[in-house]
Amino acid sequence: MESRIQKKHKNSNFRNAMRRFMRNRTAVVATVILAIMILLAVFADVITQYGYEEMDTAAALQGPTLKHWFGTDNFGRDLFSRVLYGGRISLVVGFVSVGIGCLFGCCFGAIAGYRGGKVDMIIMRILDVFQAIPSLLMAISISAMLGTGIINCMLAVGITGIPKYARITRASVMSIKETEYIEAARAIGENDAAIILRHLIPNSLAPIIVQATLGLASGILSCASLSFIGLGVLPPTPEWGSILSAAKDYIYGSLHFIMFPGIAIVLAIVTMNLIGDGLRDALDPRLK
Amino acid sequence: MLKYIMRRILLLIPVLLAVTVLIFTILYFTPGDPVLTILGDEVTEETYAQVQAELGLDQPYIIQLGRYIWNVLHGDFGKSYMTGIPVANDLLSRFPTTLKLSLLSMFLSVLIAIPLGVLSATHQNRLLDTVARLVSLLWVSMPIFWLGLLLMMIFAVKLKWLPASGFYGPKYWVLPVLALGMEMTGGILRTTRSSMLEVIRQDYIRTARAKGAAENRVIWKHALKNAMIPVLTVIGIRFGNCLGGSVMTETVFSIPGLGKFMVDAIKQRDYPIVMGGVLLIALAFGIINLVVDIVYAFIDPRIKSQYSSKKKVKKLVQTAAGKEA
Repeated sequence: MESRIQKKHKNSNFRNAMRRFMRNRTAVVATVILAIMILLAVFADVITQYGYEEMDTAAALQGPTLKHWFGTDNFGRDLFSRVLYGGRISLVVGFVSVGIGCLFGCCFGAIAGYRGGKVDMIIMRILDVFQAIPSLLMAISISAMLGTGIINCMLAVGITGIPKYARITRASVMSIKETEYIEAARAIGENDAAIILRHLIPNSLAPIIVQATLGLASGILSCASLSFIGLGVLPPTPEWGSILSAAKDYIYGSLHFIMFPGIAIVLAIVTMNLIGDGLRDALDPRLK
Repeated sequence: MLKYIMRRILLLIPVLLAVTVLIFTILYFTPGDPVLTILGDEVTEETYAQVQAELGLDQPYIIQLGRYIWNVLHGDFGKSYMTGIPVANDLLSRFPTTLKLSLLSMFLSVLIAIPLGVLSATHQNRLLDTVARLVSLLWVSMPIFWLGLLLMMIFAVKLKWLPASGFYGPKYWVLPVLALGMEMTGGILRTTRSSMLEVIRQDYIRTARAKGAAENRVIWKHALKNAMIPVLTVIGIRFGNCLGGSVMTETVFSIPGLGKFMVDAIKQRDYPIVMGGVLLIALAFGIINLVVDIVYAFIDPRIKSQYSSKKKVKKLVQTAAGKEA
């Protein structure tokens, strides 16, 4: 009996949040659309008829037809395939860069918030310096150092995101570190690392999850921006930004070349922003 | 208040110094040899050593860093590896363009976002609100460069109303400013709306209505002024994005500003330009945030009182005590 009560209590916060999220129709629709986009990207090789590097110069820059749903690009490559495969890369870059930012950001933020004093001051001042440079510019500088390529693009965008997560985690940790259960954990002799990893971070997860969802959107945008100016993912690898970078020379004729990759980006970002807003309302009902 | 402003300006100095160290370090460890960039691959050892010594690149990292900071403090940002022209000249001749682009975009977005955000809040859940929320969501979700390309395609290529590239006069400004301003507008609109929604439920707004103030006055004076703090914060942050985003806008519209200059320099591994550009933008960003902090105090007397000098507070307390006595 007792264990059942405990179990129910443990899950109730999460369940309540989920229930609130499911009641938000816009957010649910956005989740479904994003899920479909992810599936399309994952199964791109099953869905598309053409490879993303298959050229047919005779059919270059054609508008949408039954054969090529999104038309073709300047090398006669099927744009539908390229946008789908591009989604793979853009989404992976988004998730991995958020992962990098979250991982380091949460650690730094938790240490700063938990330790306070000099450690806090040093970490926060370093983050101040990182944030004194506009984020896109920071990503550009880091990717200038690392060079082009998918992995370097993820690193550049991920590192740029660290301060944001660190600040949120720090604020959250500071507000709960004086609570009784943390004191209890310390009293039973848990060390700082265990307290941070097992208690502080899990309990300050709600704002981090919201920020991560919104960060996913900005990560994809930054990566597309880097690729667009020729620093992130380079052609022929399809990435939404790099496809648009190739398309910009054809604005005089080929509407489809610019429209479809752009719509893909906007759709992904809009759904992520809507999910982020929905999660915020669900996880932190006070804010509503 | 003056003391507070002075303190903020002084605090800006270590941050900028640290930014210099950071950006110098990043670019110092960037692969690629500037000497080879200048001379090409076929070069004798002698000329290589000579040029290396001329640029001071044979010195250890810490000495190069120290010299760079020393020179920057004296207004010398080094010479371009490619052209040999002092970087400071080029940066300063291009910076006004970027600044103009960013400021115009900020101005435009504030002009659209704040009234629309207020109306959206006062018409919560009605048609106007729904449309405003939808539009702002779209604006924040559109990549600047894609919006730029679309605007260019519609207004320059199809309708031929406006020029597609360059930045030579008001006619040229319209499209880039729209492209850069819209992203900002979305963010500011969302913040204005949510901040206003919170404020209009407060007791003092009810009091203002109760004492018979006209609805327009209640909303635009009492409520908006109280809702401005988070909005200002967002404007400050977004301005930084705007300076960063100008890189994209300038690339799309071929505007000869700082952003495009830096991107071209990165591709040519011309690092003195990149370092100088980043520093200049960080400085502009820092100053804007400083201005935002000062404006806070002017809008919100609660904040102002925190920074009024101790003497003044003492005097106020004394007079108050004197009156009571």
